[in-house]
Amino acid sequence: MMTTATAAIALPDPMVPRPYSVSQVLKETADTFSLTLQPADGTAADGFQPGQFSMLWLFGVGELPISISGHSADRERLVYTVRSVGQATHSLVRREVGDPVGVRGPYGTGWPMQAAEGCDVVIVAGGIGLAPLRPAIYEVLGNRPKYGRLVILYGARSPRDLLYRKELTAWSRQKDTQVLVTVDYGGVSWRGHVGVVTTLLRYARLQPSRSVAFACGPEIMMRFVARDLETHGMGREQIYLSMERNMKCAVGFCGHCQYGPHFICKDGPIFSYDRIRPLLEKYEL
Amino acid sequence: METLERIIAEHPFFAGLASDYTSLLSGCASNVRFDAGTYIFKEGEEAGEFYLIRAGKVALEIFAPQRKPIMLATLGEGEILGWSWLLPPYHWRFHARAVDAVRAIALDGKCLRTKCEQDHDLGYEVMKRFAHILQQRLEATRLQLLDVYAVS
Repeated sequence: MMTTATAAIALPDPMVPRPYSVSQVLKETADTFSLTLQPADGTAADGFQPGQFSMLWLFGVGELPISISGHSADRERLVYTVRSVGQATHSLVRREVGDPVGVRGPYGTGWPMQAAEGCDVVIVAGGIGLAPLRPAIYEVLGNRPKYGRLVILYGARSPRDLLYRKELTAWSRQKDTQVLVTVDYGGVSWRGHVGVVTTLLRYARLQPSRSVAFACGPEIMMRFVARDLETHGMGREQIYLSMERNMKCAVGFCGHCQYGPHFICKDGPIFSYDRIRPLLEKYEL
Repeated sequence: METLERIIAEHPFFAGLASDYTSLLSGCASNVRFDAGTYIFKEGEEAGEFYLIRAGKVALEIFAPQRKPIMLATLGEGEILGWSWLLPPYHWRFHARAVDAVRAIALDGKCLRTKCEQDHDLGYEVMKRFAHILQQRLEATRLQLLDVYAVS
């Protein structure tokens, strides 16, 4: 009895953020920044699985769920790529080196990296959706013998909105890796593809029966991606999507992120397509 | 050496087409090449053919006064370029520019229309394939119009 009580007291309160401080701010595009955070006490950063997210607390402003976009093997720091779209994200990207940020988490399910071992990994990202997928890309490239081909299909609004441009080029030079990038609006100087991300599937040299696909982006994009992957011969259970809803507590207490019978924060954000397909087709859910 | 008939038969657009028909189509076909930066056709010109792209990338562009051309889509290996040859008034509706060196098979539109009129089974096969392409591109255009990556 005494042991149980002691263990209960020793558990960290999931609602209390851990103090971190900003160690780098990198401008990715006009409105998107990557922030690197390091624990304020100089100890190791919290470990995470590719695809998980943290709650970032800006003291006096509020708290935001942000996917982790760095390397899961890096135990010194956590990296987050944030698009400035509102008051809180705007405040977050204006942090300077040394500024404090509270971190809760990591939370949620990750990309099924173990299930993907031995398979070709097909990454389909749209816009800022590449950020939660980057740790999965690092994982595959860092453990190359465990996986088959890596196919990265990335769509953005315009060439100016492309994230991680140098890395995309570097990844395309890796063995057994195919990187295809498309934009919705390309200027005359753009020499890449123009069109929605699903149009890249026809150039992807997929081997559907031995592939696993991870997709992240606007929900409507993921719906079309999943449907087209199915058309190309992939099973619904081979396709994983990262879902997003308004999250508050991140641990399944508050119900803000309820999605049908699921809570996105603790049952997701990564779901297999066969699990959530009926919900994707429900109006106003 | 690859024959036109074999190239046509192996192109995804004509996958599964009976060999009698690929033979018939090869009578309307010719090999073409376009250097990077050249216009394959321009809006308003007579649409006398369509293209099976074998290599390279083609940009579909629309002209807007006092602006640089707007790139609507790109097409690449295994895709087809152009359907204005199929429907009156047989004029191109967009510009098509070779982004890089393009190799293609050109199919003469008038020749193909004549063969399709003479053999409606062939005509139906060709129309089905074009309807599929139209459906794919309409869907892609609708998604593009949604501007899903914009701040909502």
